[in-house]
Amino acid sequence: MTSGVLDPGLSDKLRQLGAFDAERCMSCGICTAICPMGISTLPRRVMRLAALGLEDEVRAQREAIFSCLLCRACEVSCPAGVHIADNVRLLRSWLLRGEL
Amino acid sequence: MPLSTRDVVGVLADNLRLRGSVLPISSRRATRWARDLSLPRGGETVLYTGTMYQLIPYIERLVRLEELLGDSRLARLSGLARRANRLVNAVAVVARPRPAEREEYDRVPANVARLLQLAGVEFGYLYEDDLYAGALAYDLGADEAVAAHARRIAGVFRAHGVREAITIDPHTTNMLRSVFPRLVEGYDVRVRSYLEVLADSSLPVRRKVGRGVVIHDSCVYARAEHVIEAPRHLLEAAGLDVGEPERSRAATWCCGGPAESLYPSKALAVASKRVEQLGEVAADCVTMCPICLVNLRKAANGRMSFRDISEYLLEASLGSDEARGPSPAPGTAPAAAPLARTW
Repeated sequence: MTSGVLDPGLSDKLRQLGAFDAERCMSCGICTAICPMGISTLPRRVMRLAALGLEDEVRAQREAIFSCLLCRACEVSCPAGVHIADNVRLLRSWLLRGEL
Repeated sequence: MPLSTRDVVGVLADNLRLRGSVLPISSRRATRWARDLSLPRGGETVLYTGTMYQLIPYIERLVRLEELLGDSRLARLSGLARRANRLVNAVAVVARPRPAEREEYDRVPANVARLLQLAGVEFGYLYEDDLYAGALAYDLGADEAVAAHARRIAGVFRAHGVREAITIDPHTTNMLRSVFPRLVEGYDVRVRSYLEVLADSSLPVRRKVGRGVVIHDSCVYARAEHVIEAPRHLLEAAGLDVGEPERSRAATWCCGGPAESLYPSKALAVASKRVEQLGEVAADCVTMCPICLVNLRKAANGRMSFRDISEYLLEASLGSDEARGPSPAPGTAPAAAPLARTW
């Protein structure tokens, strides 16, 4: 992991936008294995970066975050029951704040 | 180089705020499909199209333009285009599908209306108040614009006394049924897909279609709205031999469409993979979402036939080919069985 500004409040900011629950992720990687997009950071690594509050690292994943299909193939296989598609949608909303 | 996410989502959000749809088309275009059907205006139960099928020819034109712009220096001017779009509706200027393209997709809401009538379901239509439900803007994170739009649609329902909305595509179903209750306080409209309504009805079958098809589940229907059995029940009752692809039901593989507005080439790669999976089962595929229909058709490039489920169901219910469209059907030859029944 490269340099990043650790922001323990990032999850709180995301929860103000909706039901963000990436902290439940066990980092097993099933979601990434099953993802139709085939992007290595999507969605496990993006979920972890967000849960860890690494704001700069999350911003650097902008294209991956906006490439997600929100198809929920990952969700139906997630053993931790993380609402991955909703989390990705909240990350988009957070990234766009002040831009629209 | 892809277009700026900020500017693309910005244009969509601006359109939703200013013009009531991410891709504004005139109400005359959006309601054209109903002009010969004499549907009553409003009522407690309405057929709500959300204009999704009607928008598809315009989306196709815009994506083609985006594919061209994305590879050119003009992509750098996307911010300027967004500012211009606030003043002039760009969709009306740059997206001009041919009448035949419009008519093909307009046929689906008309098919659905006729199926509901054949099943004895009473319903009205909101005409110019049948608004796009905001799915694309919601998915892309334009939350403030979508929340305001949801309140607007809820107000339309209140003004017309609507208590139940019958939807015709998965994205509108999901917005009205699962998203709006989180965005609009006191929202209590019952929402059902027409497939669910028909599966619970007594739709007549006058002629079994007698054809082998492969079914493609919409991600939103299958995983978000749990509409899985109703389409299978209806197709089998219509006399179709429904084949299941490698990934189906809740494990369905996406058509790639949700990525198309920002990354068309990525969307095409996902759709191509799905076409391979579907093609291993049958040459004729039945879809139930306008986004799936257009993306899979494009990826197949004529190698397979894709038709909306409403066409097969109406063909069986009328006992004629009236609902069938102009696209080629390279699959197995039909072997109609003249057997009337209901489900």
